[in-house]
Amino acid sequence: MLKITIDGIEIEVEKGTTVIQAAEQSGIEIPRYCYHPGLSIVGVCRICLVEIERMPKLQVACYTPVGDGMVVHTNTPKVLRERQAVLEFLLVNHPLDCPVCDQAGECWLQNFYMQHGLHDSRMLENKVKKHKAQAIGTNVMLDSERCILCSRCVRFCDEISQTHELGIFNRGDHAELMPYPGTELDNKYSANTIDICPVGALTDRDFRFRTRVWYLSETKSICPGCSQGCNIYVHHNDKRDYKADGIRVSRLKPRYNPDVNQWWLCDAGRYGFTSVDAASRLQQPLRKGGDDLHETTWQDAIQEVSTKMQTIVETHGPESIGVILSPRMTNEGLFMAKRLFQDGFGVRRIACHLSPLQPGDEDDFLVKADKNPNTAGANLLGIENCSITDLLDAAKNKRIRVLYICEHDLELGFSEDEIAAALKELELIVFQGPNENSVARRADYILPAAAFVEKDGTFTNYAKRVQRIHQAVKPLGQARPDWMIFRSFARQLGLSSPFFDAGDVFAAIRESIPAFRELSYEKLGDFGVGLEQKKTVTEMEASVV
Amino acid sequence: MPAMAEKIISPFFDIKNSHTIDVYEKHGGYQAIQDVLRNKTPQDVIDAVLQANLRGLGGAGFPAGRKWSFIPKDSPKPKYLVVNADESEPGTFKDRYIMDNYTHGLFEGIMLAAYAIGCHKAFIYIRGEYIRQAENLVEQRDAARARGYLGKGIFGTDYDLDIVVHRGAGAYICGEETALLESLEGKKGWPRMKPPFPAIEGAFKCPTIVNNVETLSYVPSIMTKGPEWFANIGSERNGGMRLYSVSGLVKKPGVYELPLGTPLREIIYEHAGGLLDGRELKAVIPGGSSSPILTPDEIDVKMDYDSLAAIGSMLGSAGIIVMDETVDIVRSLYVVTRFYHHESCGQCTPCREGTGWAEKILKRILDGDGVPQDIKTLESIGNHIIGNTICPLGDAASMPLQSYLKKFRHEFEARVASKNGTGQVVEETVEDWN
Repeated sequence: MLKITIDGIEIEVEKGTTVIQAAEQSGIEIPRYCYHPGLSIVGVCRICLVEIERMPKLQVACYTPVGDGMVVHTNTPKVLRERQAVLEFLLVNHPLDCPVCDQAGECWLQNFYMQHGLHDSRMLENKVKKHKAQAIGTNVMLDSERCILCSRCVRFCDEISQTHELGIFNRGDHAELMPYPGTELDNKYSANTIDICPVGALTDRDFRFRTRVWYLSETKSICPGCSQGCNIYVHHNDKRDYKADGIRVSRLKPRYNPDVNQWWLCDAGRYGFTSVDAASRLQQPLRKGGDDLHETTWQDAIQEVSTKMQTIVETHGPESIGVILSPRMTNEGLFMAKRLFQDGFGVRRIACHLSPLQPGDEDDFLVKADKNPNTAGANLLGIENCSITDLLDAAKNKRIRVLYICEHDLELGFSEDEIAAALKELELIVFQGPNENSVARRADYILPAAAFVEKDGTFTNYAKRVQRIHQAVKPLGQARPDWMIFRSFARQLGLSSPFFDAGDVFAAIRESIPAFRELSYEKLGDFGVGLEQKKTVTEMEASVV
Repeated sequence: MPAMAEKIISPFFDIKNSHTIDVYEKHGGYQAIQDVLRNKTPQDVIDAVLQANLRGLGGAGFPAGRKWSFIPKDSPKPKYLVVNADESEPGTFKDRYIMDNYTHGLFEGIMLAAYAIGCHKAFIYIRGEYIRQAENLVEQRDAARARGYLGKGIFGTDYDLDIVVHRGAGAYICGEETALLESLEGKKGWPRMKPPFPAIEGAFKCPTIVNNVETLSYVPSIMTKGPEWFANIGSERNGGMRLYSVSGLVKKPGVYELPLGTPLREIIYEHAGGLLDGRELKAVIPGGSSSPILTPDEIDVKMDYDSLAAIGSMLGSAGIIVMDETVDIVRSLYVVTRFYHHESCGQCTPCREGTGWAEKILKRILDGDGVPQDIKTLESIGNHIIGNTICPLGDAASMPLQSYLKKFRHEFEARVASKNGTGQVVEETVEDWN
């Protein structure tokens, strides 16, 4: 360990720690543009200059390793003056177009100017003109005049996505960020460059001009796009929802989790939230009457569905009911479904996994082929005891009369003919889910479920890491979280259901599922807990001994 | 030739075909390397160069022997010697004379240095504009190969060495050693952060020594005449000969080989023939355009590292630029600043933004639109670039700004005050340059 004193605070840090990291550890923030903890260090922006005793020149905090006994000052008049000078230099050719810049409000030039600059402009000259508003890829818009050439995006494409699309061309103040000739910034992770761009040079073509960022609220969640379980922030517009054309969720941003996704998020996950505010959202319980669907109330729908199911169970036995749950549901939803169908109706056949006809895209970084966020959770809860194929066969051969299906679009795994042949024989089809799909269109009852941003709960990722999602916005229309819908059924059947929020359900999971025994919402915290983590550490210790 | 006793390199400037092996050998060439290869260890060479107090003549003045001793002895990686022939500092043209006329002297210096550091492949990185010089290097390199002086087992020993001539693409920044290495590796010429220093991790991530052409060209004579001889020339801690490039408004501009510590006045008035008739001295740049400018009352300074540092300037590349009373100092600073703006690599903020800003202000002053605060702004730009950048280009751009504004402030003030923009300008005519 090395001893370092920063602004009078003495701390011990590991060998190899840089001054900027040591400062962070002692709670001192040194401004930075080019430094990003997930990328290589280039030391080009020069805003992190600090004074180190016994060194004649100021040193960049990002590149300088801590030496034992080093004494660093981050707020001497000299440091503050040079920091202000660097800001002034950065603004010399900056267009200062904040009023029309999408980055305003989350711009590090604005922020650091307010904190460290506050100087009057001395710049009387014409600014260097560069290319404006260039669509350099599907998701990214580049404004070269705003670019401060920190090279974060270039390093991201070299080191993280390893796709090498971007470079800095020309020299001096004519240097300009560009994709290499003949290429576009089009990789699976391209939009991360927008996140790490500290200024308004790279903006999100999807989000651009939708809303000012200061109208956004932020909620921690988990990306439901695949089984990786990347940690995200849901940015939702609830301060000026009347200006948003019904779009409540404005964007998703990656949330740092050292064990899952570090700082990153794939583009597919990032832009996969549109279903939340799509026209296909189910907002009202519906009941088929003739060829049409008619609106009904939750009370009627629950009562009618449970009565019908009970009648069929009484006449034909519980084996006449098939249930298809979804690994897109939370652990809480799945647990309540299991409890309802197994304990309430005595159902024996529950399926969950759908093998898609088109295998999902996969890579060795964040994208997983399994596009469901909670497959591991469904497995741990021990829900599935037959396959969807079995159930469809059983339906076709009239061995089941009721199919209760959650969220799945069967067309992803079966041909239209197979589905039609199976479903046409059924007496009752209940569909529960947030969005309409080909199955919903054939259902007798449609029960609208809350989308992932509208509920609390947990997902278990591919590595058996249990992570929390939080409600960001209210459920649309009359939609309800899955666990709440199953609670309504349970109460209808007279089952005791002392659950008042998702946390109560999780407590019940903990009691009945051994894998979850030591967990709690508090323990899960922001980063979640890996169920196999402890075991792995023990194994590692064992192998070391 | 009696001059040969004192001067090492410059006598070759006047010998016909001095760039060929035969002429070089006729004047004692390739003796040192053969002696070293057969009778001396690499450490002997390093010790001799250390003792001779040979300093890096590219500009920084770092002792060459000490640099060589930084090469890790136990590294399994190949070691490289890279010759910095990217001579681009305005007012400096000595390396061109060496490559034109003392080609094999340079090669012998390369061989000695390579042997000292255990290198089997040396690169000459030559500036893109030196087309004829690059052709000559390749031609003479091939001739040396044909004689067995380069290649496998040079001079019949078991020591292998080859030389690669690599042409730059014409960027001043590639004379900075780490930008040079990046460029040599085929990348954009952006200076690297240090450490690691090239001696530990240089070209292709291997231990590398980067030396200037002139530095290496003095090594053979140190080996033949002995390190004491070299160290005893000139003043203490500032020993040896060096080539001064003299340009500007003197009667005999050119390259002069003189001991370190020769007074600047002597170089201008005795060797370079003095100013044009009837002109008065106004200013002198002592060590390439980046070194702080001197006024006429400062030219009694000795041209060595310590003496120039003592008066706030530097020896740099020893490129002396003489300006007389006809020179417009504001325009001169504009030209220098325009150069550094054009050559700033754009990697780090202060230099990228500051040089262009300063150029624009100077242009505006020249155009007659200067305002009083311009002078303060210019000073501030210089003060905030210097010391805050990755490489010395920022310092190189700042030192003229600071020194011109300090020593010739009245000229800037007068120009800003005279709104017609002509001020004290003396129109340049063809005659002025004759």
